[in-house]
Amino acid sequence: MQVFGGFTQYVAVFENEAFWSSIGRVLLFGAVQVPIMLGIALILALLLDSPLVRGSKFFRLAFFAPYAVPSVIAAIMWGFLYSPNLSPFTGVTQSVDFLSAGNVLWSIANVVTWVYVGYNMLIIYSALLAIPSEIYEAARLDGASQLRIAWSIKIPLVVPALVLTGIFSIIGTLQLLAEPQVFQSFTSAVTSTFTPNLTIYSTASVPNISLAAAMSVVLALATFVLSFTVLKLTQRRTAA
Amino acid sequence: MTATSPRPAKTEKARRVGRDTAHSGIRESAASRTIAMAVMIVATLYFLTPIWWLLVASSKTRSDFTTTAPLWFADFALFDNIAALFDYRNAVFLRWLGNSALYAGVGALLATIIAAMAGYAIAKYSFRGRELLFNIILGGVLVPATALALPLFLLFSQVGATNTIWAVFLPSLVSPFGVYLSRIYAAASVPDEIVEAARIDGAGEVRTFFTVATRLMAPALVTIFLFQFVAIWNNFFLPLIMLRDESLFPVTLGLYVWNTQVSQIPDIRALVIVGSLLSIIPLILTFLGLQRFWQSGLASGGLK
Repeated sequence: MQVFGGFTQYVAVFENEAFWSSIGRVLLFGAVQVPIMLGIALILALLLDSPLVRGSKFFRLAFFAPYAVPSVIAAIMWGFLYSPNLSPFTGVTQSVDFLSAGNVLWSIANVVTWVYVGYNMLIIYSALLAIPSEIYEAARLDGASQLRIAWSIKIPLVVPALVLTGIFSIIGTLQLLAEPQVFQSFTSAVTSTFTPNLTIYSTASVPNISLAAAMSVVLALATFVLSFTVLKLTQRRTAA
Repeated sequence: MTATSPRPAKTEKARRVGRDTAHSGIRESAASRTIAMAVMIVATLYFLTPIWWLLVASSKTRSDFTTTAPLWFADFALFDNIAALFDYRNAVFLRWLGNSALYAGVGALLATIIAAMAGYAIAKYSFRGRELLFNIILGGVLVPATALALPLFLLFSQVGATNTIWAVFLPSLVSPFGVYLSRIYAAASVPDEIVEAARIDGAGEVRTFFTVATRLMAPALVTIFLFQFVAIWNNFFLPLIMLRDESLFPVTLGLYVWNTQVSQIPDIRALVIVGSLLSIIPLILTFLGLQRFWQSGLASGGLK
C-alpha cells in the first residue's frame, strides 16, 4: 500500500551528508574542468578560424572524433591508458598514480575534456564562421595582429556560444556518472557516493528507491537553478 | 581588396580562397604560423592517440597485448579477435549491437518526427498558450536526462514495464532540444506563403507538413536525428536502472558489465577492447558520412 509521505523523503535528502558531499565534489570538478575545457575549445576554434592554420578540415574532424566515443567506452579506454602496467605511457603512469584517491577526480576530468572539447569547439567555430568578414577587414588594414583581432573582435562576438556551451557543460558535470562508475573497476578510490548520480544509483540499489527518486528531483532542480542563474547573469553582463 | 602594401609572390600563393582572403591582407609571421601548427599537431595527438591505441590493441593476440609496444601493431589478429567476440556466449555481443541499433536508430527517427511536428506547430500556428508551452519545453532542455531516470523507473514499475524494451525505448522519443531547433528552423526556412499555397491547392495540414515543410527543414532534421542517435547510443544510466535481462542490454551497458568482470575472468579483457572498437565504428562512420548536414545544423542551433 502506498501512502503519500509528504516531504519526509525530501527531509531525508537534506540530511544525507554523502549526497551533499558528492554535489560538492562535482561542483569543484566543474569549477576547474569546465573553464579549462571551454578555454581549449575556444583557442582551437580561433586557430581553425585564423589564416594561420592549413588543413583545418582535417583538424576539425580529428578534434571532433572523440565525441563519437560513448562515455562508457572512453572511460574504459582511458582506464587502460592510466594503468601502471598496460599503458603505452608506463614511464609516466608508474611514477604518477592517476588512479589514486587524490588524483582520480582529475583523471576523470581529463576523460570528460577529451570527449567534449571537439563538440564545444565546433559550436564556437560555427559562431565564428557567422561573423561577416568585413568586420575584420578594417582592423586588418589598420594593422591589427591576429591575436588582437581574436581578443577584441572575435571573442566578444562568440560570447553567446560560450554561454550555451557553458550551460550544457554545467548540466553534464552535475550528471557525471558513466566515467566514475567505469573507473570503479580500475580503482577502489571511486566510492559508491563519488558523484550525485552514483549516490542516487547506490541508494536505489539498497533498495531505497523513494529516497533515490527524491535525490533525483533535488539534483534536477539544483541543475536547473544553476544553469538558469548562469544564463541570467551572463545576459545581464552582455547587455550592460 | 586594395593593394596598399606590396606583397611578395609567396604570400600571394599562401592566401586562401573565400572568406579568409579578407583578413589575410598582411602577411602572417612565420613564427606565429609555426606556433599555430604546433598547437594543432599536439592537439591532434591528444585526441587521436587513445583511438589509435584502441585500434592497435584490438588487433593483438592475448600474449602480444602485454609484451609488445602498445602503440604499434604486432601479429595482426583483429579478425580472430572479432570472431572470438561474436562467438562468446551465443553471440550476445551481436545481440547488444542490434539492441543499440534498434534503440538508437528507430528511437532517433521517431524522436525527430515528433520534435519536427511540435516545432513546426509552434512556429506556424498561433494558439493560446503557445509561448508558455514553448518555454516549458525549453525548460526541459535544462533538466538533465539522467535526473529523470529514477522517477521514470518508478513510473514504469507502476505499469510493470521495467526490464522491457519499452522502458528504454519510450523515454528516447522525447527531445526538447529537437523541438527548440525545429521551431527556430521552421520559422526561418518555411515561408508562410508556401504553407498558404499548399492549403489553397487542397493539401491538408498533415500532408503540407510531410510533403512541404519537412523538405525545407531537412538540414535541421538531420542534425536532430544525429544528435538524438548519439544521445541514445551513449545512454547509460537509463538502461542501467531499467534493465536486468542481459538480452535487452544496449552495447554500452553490456561492455560496462564485462569490464566489471575483468578481475574475475581475465580473458574477457580482450573482448572488452575489441568490443569497444566495434561499438564506436558505426558512430564515427555516421558522423563522417553526414558531416555537411550536422555542421550547418550545429551553426543554426548554436547561434541563437
